[in-house]
Amino acid sequence: MCATCGCGVAGVRVFGPGQLGPAGHGTSDGNGHAHDHGAGEVHDHGHGDGYQHGHGHGHNHDHGHDPEDRTVQIQQNILAKNDRLAEDNRAWLTARAILAVNLMSSPGAGKTTLLERTAREAGAGLGLTVIEGDQETTLDASRIEAAGCPVAQINTGAGCHLDASMVARGLHALDPRPGSVLVIENVGNLVCPALFDLGEAARVVLSSVTEGADKPIKYPQMFRGADLVLLTKVDLLPYVDFDTGRHARDLKLISPGAAILPVSATTGEGLPAWYDWLRDRAR
Amino acid sequence: MHELAITEGVVQAVTERLPGRPIACVHLEIGAMSGVVADSVRFCFDMVTEGTTLEGAKLDISQPAARCRCRDCGAEFEPEGAIALCDCGSADVAVLAGQELRITSVEVV
Repeated sequence: MCATCGCGVAGVRVFGPGQLGPAGHGTSDGNGHAHDHGAGEVHDHGHGDGYQHGHGHGHNHDHGHDPEDRTVQIQQNILAKNDRLAEDNRAWLTARAILAVNLMSSPGAGKTTLLERTAREAGAGLGLTVIEGDQETTLDASRIEAAGCPVAQINTGAGCHLDASMVARGLHALDPRPGSVLVIENVGNLVCPALFDLGEAARVVLSSVTEGADKPIKYPQMFRGADLVLLTKVDLLPYVDFDTGRHARDLKLISPGAAILPVSATTGEGLPAWYDWLRDRAR
Repeated sequence: MHELAITEGVVQAVTERLPGRPIACVHLEIGAMSGVVADSVRFCFDMVTEGTTLEGAKLDISQPAARCRCRDCGAEFEPEGAIALCDCGSADVAVLAGQELRITSVEVV
């Protein structure tokens, strides 16, 4: 089995452009690709690249020089494999001057709605493409496609986050053009995605005013890694009890370097600044 | 529940390093600021190791405490709770320890 990406176990499915079904279920059966990892940017289960070497030869392999010593040193980061695949993705993206953004938030914070409007208003200029991550359905990819944007959908099955091998398959399916902007919409979840490097150049975390101002302090791991926080649904501020000052103060404590942009994908407030941020990062 | 994927990663790394070798004990380091809950890894371990060379192995997890250095005043401190805030008021800190997420060693049968 593929323990890192869970494919073949958790049933990860990838739908490329043109494979989205009418009812949000996709037209690919999702069964034929469980290990079609032969393409260059997709991960290699054979480890023929020397990845395993250089970790203390002569000590790690219990060659029997001391039969009493049954301890084998490993000294390996548990996420080493994902991190290595993420670096492969990063190298692939960098070589093509593609800006990859990992977009994360809790479910319902407005990631897809933001991307729909971004695709309509700035998609062509940015050369925007999207990889959608959800446990099930191609509903979000269908929305993005309807907004005129090339999109690939990853269904993680039981998985609660995207990982680097899934994104490699998404890149293979989507094939974004050089010099473009790729947004990877992660599975809606403020906990698990924080740990998994996808090979992105920047992390953007959404925090919606309907969720409450305490999200950064309750989920510090996620917000600590953010390059930009988008405060979404600000058109609803008159109707909800949301303390923008507290939100900004807490965020400053957790992630002093993260910028905050208040936006509304309904009214369009703040969106030009979001598009400018993408353009600046893409340069 | 990313601890399931984390635990699967441990089993895969060990079985790739020591193919076919029955394992008696696995030693992990899971730091206080790693974002991984050690108890959840323990919960997943028996299920994930079933049918592998790690089945029945003991799981030993050390949990290094968090330690930070303030970039403004230079003080080193152990943060309390989720926010790493120096006594001087600065939140601009470098994390020195507590983010470990490592397989340190295993004991073979």
